Amino acid sequence: MKKGRLLSAFILVATVALITVGTLWPVETASRLAGSAPHVIRISSSPQAAVENLADNIARRDWDTAYASLANKSDFTEPDFIRDLSGSYDSLRTYASLASYDVHPAHVSPEAADMRLNLHWSTVVGPFVDTRALRVTRTGSGWQVVWPIVRESRVPPQVIPVNYLRWDVIYRGPGDDWGAQDVEAPHVRIVDMHPVDRGGGVVVLGELLNEDVVPAFVSVKATLLNKNGSAIETEDSFDKISHILLPKQVTPFLIAFKGVPLSRVDAIRMTPTASLIAAAADPVIEIEDQRMNPLPDAALVGKLLNQSGQVVNVAHVLGTFYDSTGQIVWVADHYVDRALLPQTPVPFSIPVPADLVGKVSSERVVTSTYSPDRIR
Amino acid sequence: MRDWVLSSLSVLALAAVPLASAQNGAFHLPKAVKAGDSFSIPTSGNGKAVFYLVGPGGVLRRDVHLGEAISIASEDLQNAGHYLAIVSGDSASEVQTLEVTASQPVALGFLAKPSRLPVNLHNGISGVVYVFDAYHNLVVDPAQVSFQLTGASGVNETRIVATRNGVAWTKLDSASKQGLVQFVATVADVTGRRVVQQVPGDPCNLRMNVRQDGQKLIAETEPVRDCGGNPVSDGTIVTFTETYNGDEATVDVPLKRDIARTELPVHDGATITVAAGVVLGNEIHWK
Repeated sequence: MKKGRLLSAFILVATVALITVGTLWPVETASRLAGSAPHVIRISSSPQAAVENLADNIARRDWDTAYASLANKSDFTEPDFIRDLSGSYDSLRTYASLASYDVHPAHVSPEAADMRLNLHWSTVVGPFVDTRALRVTRTGSGWQVVWPIVRESRVPPQVIPVNYLRWDVIYRGPGDDWGAQDVEAPHVRIVDMHPVDRGGGVVVLGELLNEDVVPAFVSVKATLLNKNGSAIETEDSFDKISHILLPKQVTPFLIAFKGVPLSRVDAIRMTPTASLIAAAADPVIEIEDQRMNPLPDAALVGKLLNQSGQVVNVAHVLGTFYDSTGQIVWVADHYVDRALLPQTPVPFSIPVPADLVGKVSSERVVTSTYSPDRIR
Repeated sequence: MRDWVLSSLSVLALAAVPLASAQNGAFHLPKAVKAGDSFSIPTSGNGKAVFYLVGPGGVLRRDVHLGEAISIASEDLQNAGHYLAIVSGDSASEVQTLEVTASQPVALGFLAKPSRLPVNLHNGISGVVYVFDAYHNLVVDPAQVSFQLTGASGVNETRIVATRNGVAWTKLDSASKQGLVQFVATVADVTGRRVVQQVPGDPCNLRMNVRQDGQKLIAETEPVRDCGGNPVSDGTIVTFTETYNGDEATVDVPLKRDIARTELPVHDGATITVAAGVVLGNEIHWK
């Protein structure tokens, strides 16, 4: 009882002390990004300050100020600038917030400087980094950024006829007699499974096949068992899987157990689950120009080409990497931050751990797409 | 519910009264009756008594005059099971037992699984039948159940199975042709009907052709069928892969009207392969 009171008092005092410190001496970048700092126009007295001012305005989504501070604003309009950073169509960028940024000078002279700006955006599916090589020029007593505009493609107004397949499901109702059948859940099968020890923990890699003729919403759960047959830990694939599988489609999956070494594991119990889901066979996404980038920035890169007529707002790319014997050595993924417009290639890059690059002999890429229009 | 429990307990307490001055043979029960049958129970002696009939799910209480028959109507005895009949007089009680069995089958509980399965699957379809009478009692007397699978081309398979303890079950093979089949179970003149969807199996002899159309290659499969000649379901994913100069392009395309078709970039020397699930098709080297 006495210990509990002491602990409560300590927590109270520590909380008050931390609030006081945070209020009196806030971290400058944090308060700027949070928008809590008063908005003051700082003089861009150096290339670094000019880029930081621009990044601060982007973080606050103060597009007017950010656009006004650019040296080359006559080359494009403010809406072009906004679309460059937020996307023309709804995508991960539209709902991302700038978590942090860092600025690296590459070359500085009295009249101009080359800087690299890394914008760290945070989204609901994880962070992504947008890197821009900036030219900063001296204008009078200050410095201004020359923004390297990336003009997003626009789809011209048109009508694209589509003839896609769609599955809808009618389940048994309350009026049916008790022996009446319900629609059968899809039949799925794990066609490959391979545990590896990585970073002191077990990673279960594998592939799942929908062997049915209907679409399935799938998930895979793995339970590590020790020598006594009792469970050590259970995990599922979360988003390291393509959850919607059309008939005969195969998805890789990755299930990570942090802190459980493979030596403790005697067996693994795999539990794939599948349920019927209303789904459409479109959009069809072509994955072209896939190739492995060598070290030091090892990655599987390529382009996604939307062959259908609808805009895909978010695309999730999953890569499966095999060794020369055809065994899976790794599964990795990447969310594309821009919308996929019809017939418009969008690049992707799936990072590959450096120590595995030498083992990779072939790879396979699958995509999952999300469009709010189709979620009904 | 509580009232029923209380009345049951009180009746059972009455049954425990010593039979010191019991009027043995005061009433005469039939040994067994069918649920829903009406019958009468002759009694002997004289004076007033109370008749109780305690069974599954209910208690019947009736004031009777000994020496007169007790009439049991069809709606009084609808649950099959073991009953206690008690006649309680002023100073004594008598207890007898009665077995009520299910009457004629009039309904089936028919469970058929799965509702969807591939063609040519041995013992793939299972059917289980529970036989009930008009009062939802399980009919435990043996009965012959006929299981029949009927497709578009007529009866595929029939099997006769006798019920044991009111249940009959069987397993049947799926046919070689896709489509809906009627799965019918019949007991006497009572029928249960389910529909089972037989779907095509894995693609067999998957083949494609490639032709150039401007700056694109058009890859198109021949009509995709399973090994029994059934057209593989539309929507089945077919994967085209083109390998060129160390790079690769892949497209997952759904079958539409038995054919998968896509566009691929033109690259001389490219190798194009096709697959559906774990089934590989032919390979084409483009020159």
